[in-house]
Amino acid sequence: MKPLLDVQDLRVAFGDKEVVHGISFQIAQGEKLALVGESGSGKTISALALLRLVEGGTLGGSVHLSGPTPSTGDRNLLSFPERDMRAIRGQDIAMIFQEPMTALNPLITVGRQIAEVLQLKKGLTRAEAAQESVRLLAQTGIPEPERRAQAYPYQLSGGQRQRAMIAMALACSPRLLLADEPTTALDVTLRGQILDLLDDLRQQNGMAVLMITHDLNLVRRFADRVIVMENGHIVEQGPVAEVFAHPQHAYTKKLIDSRPVRDVVEQPVNPSQATPMLQAQGLRVGYPVPLGGVKGWFRKGEFVAVQGADFTLPPGQTLGVVGESGSGKSTLALAALGLLPHGGTLRVLGQGWAGNSLQNTPANQALRRVVQVVFQDPFSSLSPRLTVEEIVGEGLKVHQPGLTTAQRREQVLAALAEVGLTEAQFPGLLERYPHAFSGGQRQRLAIARALIVQPQVLVLDEPTSALDVTIQKQVLVLLQRLQRDKGLAYLLITHDVDVIRAMAHQVLVMKDGTIVEAGPVHQVLDAPQHPYTQRLLAATLA
Amino acid sequence: MKPAATASLSPSRRAWQRFKRNRLGFWSLVAFSVLVLLSLAAELLSNEKPLLVHYEGAIYTPMWKDYPETTFGGDFLTPTDYLDPFIQERLARPGNWAVHAPNPYGPKTLNYFAKAPNPSAPSRDNWLGTDDRGRDLLAQLIYGFRVSVLFALALTITGTLLGVVTGAIQGYFGGKTDLAFQRFIEIWGSMPELYLLIIFSAVFAPSVALLLVLLSLFGWMGLSDYVRAEFLRNRQLDYVKAARALGVGNVQIMWRHILPNSLTPVVTFLPFRMSAAILALTSLDFLGLGVPPGTPSLGELLAQGKNNIDAWWISLSTFAVLVVTLLLLTFMGDALRDALDPRKADA
Repeated sequence: MKPLLDVQDLRVAFGDKEVVHGISFQIAQGEKLALVGESGSGKTISALALLRLVEGGTLGGSVHLSGPTPSTGDRNLLSFPERDMRAIRGQDIAMIFQEPMTALNPLITVGRQIAEVLQLKKGLTRAEAAQESVRLLAQTGIPEPERRAQAYPYQLSGGQRQRAMIAMALACSPRLLLADEPTTALDVTLRGQILDLLDDLRQQNGMAVLMITHDLNLVRRFADRVIVMENGHIVEQGPVAEVFAHPQHAYTKKLIDSRPVRDVVEQPVNPSQATPMLQAQGLRVGYPVPLGGVKGWFRKGEFVAVQGADFTLPPGQTLGVVGESGSGKSTLALAALGLLPHGGTLRVLGQGWAGNSLQNTPANQALRRVVQVVFQDPFSSLSPRLTVEEIVGEGLKVHQPGLTTAQRREQVLAALAEVGLTEAQFPGLLERYPHAFSGGQRQRLAIARALIVQPQVLVLDEPTSALDVTIQKQVLVLLQRLQRDKGLAYLLITHDVDVIRAMAHQVLVMKDGTIVEAGPVHQVLDAPQHPYTQRLLAATLA
Repeated sequence: MKPAATASLSPSRRAWQRFKRNRLGFWSLVAFSVLVLLSLAAELLSNEKPLLVHYEGAIYTPMWKDYPETTFGGDFLTPTDYLDPFIQERLARPGNWAVHAPNPYGPKTLNYFAKAPNPSAPSRDNWLGTDDRGRDLLAQLIYGFRVSVLFALALTITGTLLGVVTGAIQGYFGGKTDLAFQRFIEIWGSMPELYLLIIFSAVFAPSVALLLVLLSLFGWMGLSDYVRAEFLRNRQLDYVKAARALGVGNVQIMWRHILPNSLTPVVTFLPFRMSAAILALTSLDFLGLGVPPGTPSLGELLAQGKNNIDAWWISLSTFAVLVVTLLLLTFMGDALRDALDPRKADA
């Protein structure tokens, strides 16, 4: 059978810099194809090139789309006039994006946005289009579609927004849907639902789906065939089962092998004897929020982000905190760092944050040396205008102001060496600015900044979620080594059950600000008691 | 290793390189700097006193020192008028010489020996003509440009400093501090600036310093809003939280972490603030509310041009100077904005 889309030697260049180096692949009618690669591999650019939506890029090669009926001939999309190309977009090939919040216009109701497509492409009247958009929303499984059609994007939850996006993409029953990381911005329990939805709709409408993703679990679960991209080249393609069972290319092997491995000291110290590094009882954190109406003029309401949290973090161990976005796990991290006012008791090495924990009293400064932090996004966690030496050396300036410049530099270099960054690898390391480093290297810098004051507890707030899978594994290996060597205790916040499995000794499962389940890692992950934990695990393993 | 060398440039160095790549903006900066430097040396370019005089075997420096007319064979003890044909004749005698500035008039020089009535059209004596009081227009423009630029520079600096400090305090501390400052700015901003200037110019003796103070009092509010927004955004970024977790104090966080990352709007606005300040001074002078009488000023020249509409050389040349100055500043501003645009790649 003739393929739906036949891509031959597709090249994309920006100026004289080529980023996609001649890739060839085919998509059959109704096929589920996954395009896998790390950030910068050119997978999103390749997909955008199919629709000729690469701004400022020059395209080469050919993209043949088979005609709507077997009798009509193939058409090379790359040589189409822009006018005809607009007809193809949405009509024959539609696309959905990673972040539905930014892909939808915030000032127009969801129903209106879908109806607009229908009016434009199918020539429906306004009333017909409105009716059809409700039907499309209903098809994506949004409850109360009539009411949701009247809603603005911000009034919908993340999952509903993604469903609305899908409804919009499917408005003209395209024959090919390009899905660019459609579930990455969603919580784990929602991911499975969206995948199922895409699969259902695919079967109903007989369209093909090209899924762009970095998540191998997703590929395994969703796709028939997989294409692996690295640095603008296709390194391997084939049926999913075959590629996963017998990867041919070294890079594919590396990708498949990047699942984190558990390598921690299981019982470092007897927890009952040692002073706990962190101990919380009835910990409660709330934020003031404005109240509506006249009442709001005089007082503020409170949003309770964490409530009644009890936990203990013994030295040398890792306490994993899992939960979805909005469950209060990051708030818990900030409270542990003494960066948020909190109720209940929270003791660091048996000492509570004194008075207003935001103030840098001598007692609090001593605690700050004990508890340090590594954030999720290595791009926003390093100031772009400070050099490596200034960033890493900052803690020394605060806690050991007596050091000379030379002594400080020596310690900075030692801390950098500890995270695997050396002058030999990066000439002029200390004078470099963060933009000269990749995501994984930046995360190492962030870890070095925390390590330099010789803390005993590291709060790791999603330390690997912004990184590519292979880099993720390297950072986790580094964290495991540091824990073994230095006996650090980790408070590990994550939504990734794989990371918990590899790192944690104890686990807390959080939902809506409360801890729903707690216990040793094996117990919680292998025999979950709470229905929410069970759902979370089922979603991840699927 | 070449990549390492380019990779370790600081963000401001890279912005400067992007700025340099914009030819129009870069050459505007060069041209403007040359004009400012020339105007700073205005005394050497346009002066009614000779720079150096050799008279009967002795060297005189009239630029630094006043000599009575008797020195050069005159009759009176009054300071020498070097435009006096008698003196000029004495200095031109064999053995004597004088080095004159290219334009032999100062900003306030009245030529009592002029051949044409005032205002006189451009001629060999006065390249751009004279104004209605007989002062040389070119000299007026050179000195007026200098006053305008220096005034604008001072106003820009004070306004920027005030704006950055208030914006930083509002944005960083937020909450009640922010609320109070915002209300204060609203009240302060609704005061009628022009009427206050008129009232003050009636109460106090007009002076450049007074004008600077008054305009500074009202010039910082726009910028402070931008800086406040930048601080509000940047203070919640992870690197600020990380610094807090390290125990870095508020002042250090503001100074080392947030301020350098919040300066983009400040720097981008600098040329535009300069041109706004020049325009403000010109308008006030035009209305007669600006610098004290006798100070060379572009606005006062424009007013003269309006009053002597047939003396086209006054309004035309002043207009040209203003347009060129403002254009150069605008080109610089555009280039700066592009150079600091975070969305622009560093190709």
